[in-house]
Amino acid sequence: MIEKLKPEPAIQSSKDASKIIIEITGMHKWFGAFHVLKNINLKVSTGERIVICGPSGSGKSTLIRCINRLEEHQEGKIVVDDVELTGDLKNIEIIRSEVGIVFQQFNLFPHLTVLENCSLAPIWVRNMAKAEAEDLALKYLERVQIPEQAKKYPGQLSGGQQQRVAIARSLCMNPKIMLFDEPTSALDPEMIKEVLDVMVELAETGVTMLVVTHEMGFATAVADRVIFMDEGEIIEQKPPNEFFQNPEHDRTKLFLSQILAH
Amino acid sequence: MAEATETYKVGQHPDLPPPRSEVGVIGWVKYNLLSTPFNVIMTLLAIWFLWSIIPPIFEWAVLDSVWTAESRKACWAKMEVPEGAACWAFIKDRIGLFIYGFYPADLRWRVNLSFVLMVLAIVSVLYENMPGRKFGLWYAVAFPFITGWLLVGGLGLTHVDTDQFGGIMLTFIIGITGISFSLPIGILLALGRRSKLPVIRVLCVLIIEFIRGVPLIALLFIASTMLNYFLPPGTAFDLLLRVLIMVTVFSSAYIAEVIRGGLQGIPNGQYEAADSLGLTYTKAHLLIILPQALKISIPGIVNTFIGLYKDTTLVLIIGMLDPLGVGRASLADAVWAGLAREVYIFVAVFFFICCFSMSRYSLWLEKRLSTEN
Amino acid sequence: MAVISETIPGTRNSLTRLWNNQQARSVIIQILTVAIVFALLALILRNVVNNLEAIGKEFSFKFLMYPAAYDITFSPFIEYTSRSTHLRAAVVGILNTLLVAVCGIVLATVMGFLMGILRLSKNWLINRLVYCFLEFTRNVPVLLHILFIHGIIVTQLRPPRQAMNFADSFFLSNRGFFIPQPVWEPIAWIIAVVFIVSVTFVFFFRRWAKKVQDETGRVYPVFWISAGVIVGATAVAFIATGMPLSWSIPELRGFNFKGGLAIKPEFIALWLALSYYTSCFIAEIVRAGILAVSYGQTEAAAALGLTRNRTLQLIVIPQAIRVIIPPLASQYLNLTKNSSLAIAIGYMDVVATVGGITLMQTGKEMETMIIVLLTYLVISMVISGFMNWFNKKTALVER
Repeated sequence: MIEKLKPEPAIQSSKDASKIIIEITGMHKWFGAFHVLKNINLKVSTGERIVICGPSGSGKSTLIRCINRLEEHQEGKIVVDDVELTGDLKNIEIIRSEVGIVFQQFNLFPHLTVLENCSLAPIWVRNMAKAEAEDLALKYLERVQIPEQAKKYPGQLSGGQQQRVAIARSLCMNPKIMLFDEPTSALDPEMIKEVLDVMVELAETGVTMLVVTHEMGFATAVADRVIFMDEGEIIEQKPPNEFFQNPEHDRTKLFLSQILAH
Repeated sequence: MAEATETYKVGQHPDLPPPRSEVGVIGWVKYNLLSTPFNVIMTLLAIWFLWSIIPPIFEWAVLDSVWTAESRKACWAKMEVPEGAACWAFIKDRIGLFIYGFYPADLRWRVNLSFVLMVLAIVSVLYENMPGRKFGLWYAVAFPFITGWLLVGGLGLTHVDTDQFGGIMLTFIIGITGISFSLPIGILLALGRRSKLPVIRVLCVLIIEFIRGVPLIALLFIASTMLNYFLPPGTAFDLLLRVLIMVTVFSSAYIAEVIRGGLQGIPNGQYEAADSLGLTYTKAHLLIILPQALKISIPGIVNTFIGLYKDTTLVLIIGMLDPLGVGRASLADAVWAGLAREVYIFVAVFFFICCFSMSRYSLWLEKRLSTEN
Repeated sequence: MAVISETIPGTRNSLTRLWNNQQARSVIIQILTVAIVFALLALILRNVVNNLEAIGKEFSFKFLMYPAAYDITFSPFIEYTSRSTHLRAAVVGILNTLLVAVCGIVLATVMGFLMGILRLSKNWLINRLVYCFLEFTRNVPVLLHILFIHGIIVTQLRPPRQAMNFADSFFLSNRGFFIPQPVWEPIAWIIAVVFIVSVTFVFFFRRWAKKVQDETGRVYPVFWISAGVIVGATAVAFIATGMPLSWSIPELRGFNFKGGLAIKPEFIALWLALSYYTSCFIAEIVRAGILAVSYGQTEAAAALGLTRNRTLQLIVIPQAIRVIIPPLASQYLNLTKNSSLAIAIGYMDVVATVGGITLMQTGKEMETMIIVLLTYLVISMVISGFMNWFNKKTALVER
C-alpha cells in the first residue's frame, strides 16, 4: 500500500513560513470525570493538511470538535485565526462561520432541498441575496459533482451523495479551515471513493484541512502531517512517509500493524 | 495542574481528576442550577415556591391532621385551628364504603378473595418467567368469569345485586372487564382495518372512527337510557352489564388502533416468510404476526388501560358509585359534610398510585423492548 | 354456508374449489359480511320500532320546535330564555361546548408548550418540579380535577359580599369571576379599521421583506417591526380618537354583582381543569417533538455559524412541528370530548342541554343522543381532516 504512493506532498518547510491558523496549548478536556483530552499542544499553519488517526475512543473527534467549540474545553487555550475560543457567543459564531465541519452522519437538514441546505447559511449568516447564494451553492454542487440533485431532498440521495452535499454545504461558507469528522465511516465501501475523490480535489485548492479518518491511502496521498492519538494524547506527529515507514512509538506500531493488516 | 503535566512522558499521561469546579457537588450545582443568570433566577423562584408550599401542606396533611374522631365537629375540635388541618378520620370511617361500596358486610370475603385472585391473574400475565405460565395464562382468561360468579353469586352463593357494587371494587371490575374483553375485539378490528377486503376494511374503519369520535359519557348515556330499545322487547338487563358492554366497545376501538400500530411495526419480511412457509392467513397471524405485534403493543395497551382506568370515574354521572361517587355521596352526609379536600385528595392519591405504577411499568417495558431489538 | 349452497348450484366439491379460489373467496367473505351487518341492523331497527310502538313513542325531531321551559344561565352568544325552543337550547349547548373547547385548547397549548420547554431546561430543580406536577396531574382522572376545582370555587371562595377584591374592579367570589367589561363608544370603529389596516400592512411588509432578502440579502428584524407597527398604530389611533373606551365595572348590588363581565364558576372550573390536565399531555408531546430533532441537526446548524435563534427558527421548529402536530390534534380532540364532563358540575354544554334536560323532559332518548353524537362526530371529523391535510403537506420526502 505504501509503495503505491503518489509523489511526496508539499514540503513541510514551505508551510513553516506561513501563518499559524490554529494554535492549541496545554488543552485538557473532561467528560464528567473522564479525562478525554490530555495536554494537547498543536500548531496548524494556513494551508496545511492534517490527518488524525488513532483507535476509537482516543479523543480524535473530540479534538477537532473543540476547534469550532462544538465541545467546550476546560483547561488550556485554543486560538483559531487569532481569536481565542471562550464563552463569548459572538466570537464563537464568527469562528464557526469560518470553520466548516463535515460529520460522520452527514447531518443534512431533511426538511430542506439540497439547494436550500447549501444556500441556507450564505443567506442567513452572510446576508447574501437568494439568487447569488443559489448560484454559489450550484457552483459547489458542481464541484462535488451532483448539480443535478439540487432540487431533491436529502432522504432521496445515497449516503455518498449526502456526504458530498454536506461538503458542498460547508464550502458555501468559503471556510478558511475544513474539519472532517470520520466522513467515510458511515458509508458503504463503494461510496467511500466518491467522497474521498472530492476531498482529494479539495485538498489541492489549498484550504486548511483537519481530517479524522482511518483511510490511510488518503493520508499518504494528501496529508502534510499525520497525527496519531491514543488515550487522549497526541503520541506522534510526522509527515506521512516517515509516519508509516518508521513509527517511533510502540503504540503507533501496534495501531499501524492492526490497521494495515487487512 | 497544568505545570505538572509538562513532566509526563509522551503516552504516559495519567488520567487526572477534572478541575474541582467541574465535578462533584460544586460542578453539579454550577451546571444544573446556576449555569446562566436566568437559571439562577429560576432556581431561586423554584426554591421560594417549594418553601412556601411544602411546609404548610405537610403540616396540614400530616403533622396537625386528626385520625380519630366521630364527626367533623369532633375532628375540628381536636385541632388548634378549626379547619386548619386534614381530618383523615372521615376517610377512616368510610374506608369500607370506599373499597366495597354497599356490598353486604358479611359477604365481603368474596370481594377480598376476588382481589387475591386478581393479583394472581395479573402476576401470571405479566411475569414471564413464572413456572407453569401456560396454565397461568389460561387461569387469567378464566379469571373474569370466576370473579363474576364470586361477586354476583348464584350457583350456591348468595345473590348480590350489582347496584350494591361500588368503590374501588367497581373501578377494578369495570377496568379489568373493559381491558380483557376489548383485547380480542380490538385485535379483530385491527386486523379488519388492515384487511385487503374493502368491505371489511371500511366497516372496521367506520366502527373505530365512530367510537373514537364520540365521548365515553355519550356512550354511557346510551347504555343507561336507550340500549334496551335495541334489544328484543322484554329483555332488560342490569345497568352494570350495560356499562361493561359500552366500556368494552369503547376501549376496543382504542386498543385496535394500538394494535394496528404494532402490526405496522412488523417488517414485511415476516409476512413474506410466513407466506413462503405455506401458512394460511389465520395460521400466519396466530403463529407469526400477532405474537410479535402484541409484544410491541404492550406499552400502548397499558397506556390505553390507564386511560380506561381513569375513565371509570365517569360512571358516577349515570349514578354508579365508584370511589369518587362514594366520596361525593359521603360528603352529602351531614355528620361529615365540608371535608371535600380530604375526599378528593384520598381518591386522587389512590388513582395516582395505580396509574403512576402502571405507566412506570409500561415505560420499563418500552425500554426493555428497545434494547431487545 | 347454507345461503351459498342455495345460490351456487353444484356439488360440495365445486364449492370447495370455489372456496380455494382466492378471488372468489374474498367476494364470498365480503358478501357474507354485508349480509350479516344488514341483518343485524335490520334486527336492531325492528326491535327499536317494536319497542317504541310498545310504549307509544314515535321517532321524530318535532320536539325541537317546542318550548324548552328550562333555564340556561350561561349563554354568552345568543339570547335564550326558558320560552325558547329545544332547538335553541341545543344551539346554546353546542356553542357552549365549542366555547369551552376553544378556550381550553388555547390555554392548554400555551401551558403545554411552556411546560414542555421547561422540561427541557438544564435547570434540574425546575425540570423536576414540572415533572412532578405533570406526573401527578395526568395520573388522576380529569373528572376529579373538574370536581376539585369546582369544589374549591364553590366552597372555599366567599360569597359576593366578601369577594376577593383586586383593585376594586376584579372580584373573585363563589358566584364566579367578575371582571370589567370594555364598553366602546361608536367612534371606536376607527381603531378597529386602523388595526385591520396595520395587520394588512404587516402582511405585505413581511412579503416585501422576504423579497428584499431574496434580492439583496438584507435581513430586517421582521418580528419587531411587525409587532411595533400593529401595537403602535393601534395605540396612536386609540389616543387620536380620544380614547373612546370606558369600562363597565362590576358593582355589588344586593347579593350579587351587577355590570361587568361575569364568568361563571362552572365555566372557570371546566376550563381550568381541562386545560391543565390536557396541557400535561401536550407538554410531553412538545418535549418528545423537540427531542426527536437529533442533536446533530442543531450542531450542524451551529457549525455553519447560525445563531441560536435562527437555528430554532429555521432548523429545529420546522422539524419538531411535524412530529408535534398529529398527537397535538388528537389531544385537542380529547379535550373537546372531555368537555362533555361539564354535566357533572352543571355547565350547560351540548350533553347537559340536549342529552340532559331536554332528554328528561321529552323522553326522546334516540333523537337527543343522535344530536349529541353528531355534534362530536362533526368536530372529530374537522380535526382529523385537518390532521390528514397537515400530514400530507409536511411529510418528509424519502426514497
